Amino acid sequence: MSTESSLAPFSRRNWLKTLALASLANPRLFASPAAHFAPRAKRVIWLTQAGAPSQIDLFDYKPGLASQFDKDLPDSVRGEQRLTGMTSGQKRFPVAPSVFQFQQHGRSGMWLSELLPHTAKFADEICLIRSLHTEAINHDPAMTLLQTGHQIGGRPAFGSWVSYGLGSDNADLPAFVALISRPSGPTNAQPLHERMWGSGFLPSKYQGVRMSSGKDPVLFLSDPPGITAERRRAMLDDVTALNRLKFADYHDPETQARIDQYELAFRMQAAVPDLADLSKEPTDIYDRYGPESKKPGTYAANCILARRLAERGVRFIQLYHRGWDQHNNLPSGIRSQCHDTDQPTAALLAELKERGMLEDTLVIWGGEFGRTVYSQGVLTPDNHGRDHHPRCFSVWMAGAGVKGGHVHGETDEFSYNIVRDPVHIHDLNATALHLLGLDHTRLTSRFQGRDYRLTDVHGHVLKDILS
Amino acid sequence: MRHLIPFCAAILFATLAEPLSGEPVRYNRDVRPILSDNCFACHGPDTANQKSGLRLDAREAAMKPAKSGDPAIVPGEVDASALVARILSDDEDEVMPPPNSHKKLTAKQKDTLRRWIAEGAEYEAHWAFVPPVKSGTGNSIDDFILAGLQEKGLQPSPPASRETLLRRLSLDLTGLPPKAVDLSDDPDLPTYIDRLLQSPHHGEHMAVGWLDAARFADTNGYQVDRDRELWPWRDWVIDAFNANLPFDRFTIEQLAGDLLPNATLDQKIATGFHRNHMLNEEGGIIAEEFLAEYTADRVETTAAVWLGQTFNCARCHDHKYDPITQRDFYAMKAFFHNVPERGIGIYSNPVRTNAPPFVRLPAPELEAKISGLTAKLKPVEEKLNSLAAGDLEPWAKKLAAATIEWQPLEPLKAVGGDTPPQIADKTVLIGPQETRANDIVIRVGIPGGNITSLRLECTTTAPSASFQWSELKVGESKLRSIDAAHIQVLDKDRKTRSVLSVAPDKPVQALFQLESALAGAEVEITLSVENAGGPSQWRFFATTNPTELIAPAGILAIAAKEPAQRSDAERNQLTDFRLAQMPDYRRLAEEVSALKKAIAETEAEIPTTLVMEELGEPRPTFLLMRGAYDKPGEQVAAATPAVLPPLADGLPRNRLGLAKWLVSPENPLTARVVVNRYWQHFFGTGIVSTSEDFGSQGGLPSHPELLDWLALTFQESGWDVKALVKRIVTSATYQQSSRFAGGSTEADPMNLLLSRGPRHRLSAEVIRDQALAASGLLVPTIGGPSVKPYHPPGLYEQVVAQRDNPKATYQQGSGDDLHRRSLYTYWKRSVPHPGMLLFDAPFRETCSLRRSRSNTALQALNLLNDPTYVEAARHLAQRMIREGGPGVESRLALGFRLLLTRNPGPQELEVLTAAMERSIKDFTGDPEAAKQFLAVGDAGTDETLNPAELAAYTMLASTLINLDETITKE
Repeated sequence: MSTESSLAPFSRRNWLKTLALASLANPRLFASPAAHFAPRAKRVIWLTQAGAPSQIDLFDYKPGLASQFDKDLPDSVRGEQRLTGMTSGQKRFPVAPSVFQFQQHGRSGMWLSELLPHTAKFADEICLIRSLHTEAINHDPAMTLLQTGHQIGGRPAFGSWVSYGLGSDNADLPAFVALISRPSGPTNAQPLHERMWGSGFLPSKYQGVRMSSGKDPVLFLSDPPGITAERRRAMLDDVTALNRLKFADYHDPETQARIDQYELAFRMQAAVPDLADLSKEPTDIYDRYGPESKKPGTYAANCILARRLAERGVRFIQLYHRGWDQHNNLPSGIRSQCHDTDQPTAALLAELKERGMLEDTLVIWGGEFGRTVYSQGVLTPDNHGRDHHPRCFSVWMAGAGVKGGHVHGETDEFSYNIVRDPVHIHDLNATALHLLGLDHTRLTSRFQGRDYRLTDVHGHVLKDILS
Repeated sequence: MRHLIPFCAAILFATLAEPLSGEPVRYNRDVRPILSDNCFACHGPDTANQKSGLRLDAREAAMKPAKSGDPAIVPGEVDASALVARILSDDEDEVMPPPNSHKKLTAKQKDTLRRWIAEGAEYEAHWAFVPPVKSGTGNSIDDFILAGLQEKGLQPSPPASRETLLRRLSLDLTGLPPKAVDLSDDPDLPTYIDRLLQSPHHGEHMAVGWLDAARFADTNGYQVDRDRELWPWRDWVIDAFNANLPFDRFTIEQLAGDLLPNATLDQKIATGFHRNHMLNEEGGIIAEEFLAEYTADRVETTAAVWLGQTFNCARCHDHKYDPITQRDFYAMKAFFHNVPERGIGIYSNPVRTNAPPFVRLPAPELEAKISGLTAKLKPVEEKLNSLAAGDLEPWAKKLAAATIEWQPLEPLKAVGGDTPPQIADKTVLIGPQETRANDIVIRVGIPGGNITSLRLECTTTAPSASFQWSELKVGESKLRSIDAAHIQVLDKDRKTRSVLSVAPDKPVQALFQLESALAGAEVEITLSVENAGGPSQWRFFATTNPTELIAPAGILAIAAKEPAQRSDAERNQLTDFRLAQMPDYRRLAEEVSALKKAIAETEAEIPTTLVMEELGEPRPTFLLMRGAYDKPGEQVAAATPAVLPPLADGLPRNRLGLAKWLVSPENPLTARVVVNRYWQHFFGTGIVSTSEDFGSQGGLPSHPELLDWLALTFQESGWDVKALVKRIVTSATYQQSSRFAGGSTEADPMNLLLSRGPRHRLSAEVIRDQALAASGLLVPTIGGPSVKPYHPPGLYEQVVAQRDNPKATYQQGSGDDLHRRSLYTYWKRSVPHPGMLLFDAPFRETCSLRRSRSNTALQALNLLNDPTYVEAARHLAQRMIREGGPGVESRLALGFRLLLTRNPGPQELEVLTAAMERSIKDFTGDPEAAKQFLAVGDAGTDETLNPAELAAYTMLASTLINLDETITKE
């Protein structure tokens, strides 16, 4: 819609000049900086497993541990490592081998736990990193580090950086969406924090938008009762007419931006409910994603929603599944978590693959740290707990530009220390940015006099895992 | 706005600070920004990380030969200066800055550096560390602003209209639209300004920026994020602004009120400023680590708020741009490291949520209630104790001698579980695995007679198995656990659980008393399983023997022993069991626990507030290598940063000394930093645009002489805040029209020269408060505990942990709580109110001195659809109809005036009247829609009004609430 008629007191030339200069101050008018080089991935789906899944029971196969049952973890392995206050008072650190069986899968022969029968079918698509490590040992700082590259809140989330760097592919939807699912089991779900998808010191338009499949998929999206889309449209036309009169009087480019944002809001009111309405999916979809997928807010339902978001060009989709914090009763707890996540994760990979989208979608699966090989609390042949373990954990990536059927890094026989190819969270983030066509050392924003990056002053791209 | 720093600085540099050819290059204005931005990271003040031993931020060091042998700078000799050769080089290995830094000098920047060296490479101390001086070129805000405009050949804008000014002043000084009562006698502007400054709402509005700075919130933050109580400090801040507490006292009382001689309760409450930081309550954290976080937060916050310095860089290493060393950081920390605090929140104590130190506020009524309850408790406790003292032995003998006849119950049918349970040989087999919560229902036959108790027996055929259950139901009968181990399965909350770990040689049994009889020949036993690993076999038994004689095997074994053979623990166990079986004892025990609970709850109602206290013996403070709590270096003593004037000899080396030093006349920073923030409050941007950073990388002042004049005048006035505010708002500069006018807009698009008045979006708080005030819904009560207004459902549940936080669900308030001013809205750090976040409020996790002002579609959705605004629109509509006279136009004009303090223009009225006609017709034809639309929110609807008409006016009022002008100060 043209605003020229309302610009009478201003020449068009002057107006453009003003706009151009004002845009320096106004990030909304900024064209997003484009990718630094040709991207392999157009979008990311980050399946964040909050609470820290046990690498020993899922990915990091240690057959030698069976003979170590209830033996003390050698001091030479544990070293001087700090422990959380939950186990630092324990008199013993008895080794708890995984109670779960592992098998080789795919042409690659990747070892995976019996807890992941569905994911295992995609062993040849997955690049498994067994040598992630982090500094943080408590959930909140660790999750904040994973998301923002720093343990203390205040920095932009990964998705915000991507949104800032690449902008959105869909004019009617936010570039960065967060989906939060609740576990079905009676597990102690770790709390999350709005800041984990916050934009930190970047403008708030880059923050993740929490979306759900309920009545209001986006906050305040629905018109109040009694107000139809026609009534809203007519009302917005009045708002716009009055805002244009204001603009004609004051010429503040901010007013024009406001008019545009109200138009975007109206378009979102149409686009988002359509997107979040899973009832339009064919019924066999629910068979693929499992029985939980019919319930809004489950991990399975959110995986379907994630695929729909990806199809519509949303750049960064972050799912959070809570409940992996198995300090005790790990065998039953992790079983329940895998029941929630394994089948839907695999169904998502399958669907992306069928639609040709796995080629340019990067899928990441993992949590904020790992878990200890020694038991927290009482160890019995079939029950034990595991404490937090930041020194090594496993994360997998799949899709755009990563080697399928590949295992990177190795830990010692206790899955306690990394013995080959350590990968820090900064390296993981640098690599994911690289796949998106962004050089992590060049994607910067200045705050308090300093050029900040997602990877702080660290990070190396893992060239070995790129296909 | 935060992200604008580089652009503002760049524009400033380009428009204001460009060295004119012929004019000498100046270090602070022209050179330092180039060096700081491009070179200091490797060749700056951080001595530990200097590359090639070269330092460019100090003249002497830059003139010394570097590792390469050549001096970087030879004053006056461009060709001999290695710096010039390096910045001009085409060689990738030679050129500076190096390509991997992704920094590049422009031709103009290279030329500036070359000219500067040619002219003698004179350095200047960083402007902010040089004491402010009155230049004598001006004696009012307008003098300095006009001089700046004239230099660029620009004219100021004409004054804003009276209506615009009335609204601008009211919003800026009270955060609310003008009140009719303040306008009724058509006051002159100075009178009006005085009224606003005297309004109790002035303090509320001015407090908000300070709450951001102080990171005030109602919860502790981090993972657990439970409630804390610090609102008395927030109220102290409001009072301080209203009372016009001079800024030096405002500073001293907040940083060190507890250390003042004969400190009053108010002065102690004021020290809550530095207890506002986050507090980690997560299980298993290391206290030392988080103490290091809190003290670092205090250092960084103090440095940012009073000194405009980014100390956070110096936590791990010397600052890379500014002359702040790591030692300075830890010397500052030593001031804040002597608080008797634990480092961890008190996780286990649900009653008192505040972590010491805190003070109690006087609460005579509650204290009287506690005395009353304590008096009641005493006799009950005595009775209880006398029962407990009874003789154990006769009972123990009887118990040991008793034989209980347990009759097996016949399972008839069993359903539920991951796999259907199997019945064989009076045994129910559950499993082999149960992966999620499920009810397993077993129908059993019951024998005749008066059954008193049941026994459940669980065993396994697997090597071992575990069974986690949360509920047990036996028909409709009320059960009591005889064995305390399984009491959790009777609480009917399906949350607390009991685990049975069994092996073939270790069956487990659970005993329950039936407190009401079973009827009929069959009953359903429901086991709510949460999960199970391994198969389990269950059998059920009943008895008609009296319950007093039933005990678990462990107790029976103890009872059978000779009294002398029992250990102390065993005797206690036996005593406890006996008492637990006595109905009288149980009743009295319940009474005691109810009274104790009432006392604890009343105690919890006594307001407390977090404060600072000082340990008698100071804790030693160490420099922490790379900032890591467990890598202490050398010990440091409390000291102020070396680059600034020293702490006077007469001042104590504690927080009080530090506070006095901050507001001492010798300190070149505090007054500048503070007046700059007030400038930012009124003009949207500070004279230094980076109001939190007065360092090398921050913006240069757009009007340095004005900044100094304001700072010195502020100090000379005795740090009189209201006088400073008045000086700003009575200036012609502030009172200009904010229209973008042709010429000056082109020359000064960012309005850095202030060729027009300020026009920018209102804050989150003001947007909501304005709508509440205009609609008449606002409850103007000042102070008190935070309140919970409307909030979208489900936001908390998705992310908050129930176990850690009993208030994991947002418990919306009612009545007045829904319509208090926004600064009283409950601030949960992990889930701040969405209406606040959407309009750029910070998370309040760390100090924030500037908010951005974004313009997003989510804001539009909030103003259109949040019940807060739909309800406010209805009440505004009711006012339009009831108070706006009989005509449509006069009613619309009233709505306009209530929100915008002006009448609509003819074109605006045309749009509005057309909308009104359309809307009335629309709602008249759809009364159901009108009815629904009018039902939003709790505040009720005037039933005497015609619903279709009210709905139409509500739509119009919503239109007005959504206007750009409404959410903008202009």
